[in-house]
Amino acid sequence: MREKAVYACAIAGIALMVWNLHTIFMGLPNDALQGFIFRIIFIHVPATIAAYCFYTVALVTSILFLARRNFVYDSISVACIEVATVLILVNLVTGSIWGRNQWGVWWAWDLRLTTQLMCFLLYLGYLLVRPAITEPTQRATLSAFIAIFAYADIPLVVMAIRLPNVRTQHPGPVLETGGLAPVYVAPFVIGIFVMLLIGTALILVRLQQESEQREIDSLRRELHAL
Amino acid sequence: MDITNLRFLFYGYSAAWLIVILFVLLLVRRGSRIDRELSRLKALLADRQR
Repeated sequence: MREKAVYACAIAGIALMVWNLHTIFMGLPNDALQGFIFRIIFIHVPATIAAYCFYTVALVTSILFLARRNFVYDSISVACIEVATVLILVNLVTGSIWGRNQWGVWWAWDLRLTTQLMCFLLYLGYLLVRPAITEPTQRATLSAFIAIFAYADIPLVVMAIRLPNVRTQHPGPVLETGGLAPVYVAPFVIGIFVMLLIGTALILVRLQQESEQREIDSLRRELHAL
Repeated sequence: MDITNLRFLFYGYSAAWLIVILFVLLLVRRGSRIDRELSRLKALLADRQR
């Protein structure tokens, strides 16, 4: 069942992505100010939106783990966080390349960029701390606390370009302010679905590995008891 | 057409897919390591129980 869901999500995601890339590169006009490079928005922003969705799932499952002590929630958290962190890396790298072209610098210590980098580093910390703790309950409990703490950075990233008294170099929000021309909206939304589908497929694969890892842990305990 | 602009767009998309592909390869490698370890432990357990 899980294997079928992985294939369904991956095939749907890849098919939609190919169709969307065709539209982005062959069907859309260039942006008047940025030219070709504007098309990076169709991968840069959807990657972050999908990542935040997965981080939100991880937040909920981390709270559920602390409340119910069920290890399935811990597995969902780690799977979501790992995939979301890869998507945040995609966001940071594509943003940096765009910045080099448009601003002339690879990086600026702007509020939006800095809080996003913090988000990446906080969740990277989560992924690096986990293997260091061998006892499963202790590992899952500490991981849940880190996941909840790290999530506090996400509202900061979102608000960094929306606060009235903050000057930021990063472009402002485009969707809710109508800054995105109608012709760009459909590929943008499809881009979000592509990232969600491919991300879900990767999370399901990671979940399978986590359940096998738990089986390995229990076999080791059984062998130790013999 | 601004070629520099196009080149950076190419870098952006290539970097993004390279990161995703590297992660997929990492998942595949980890998956095969887990499968190997699981079958080794199952065989060891069956051996000890005999």
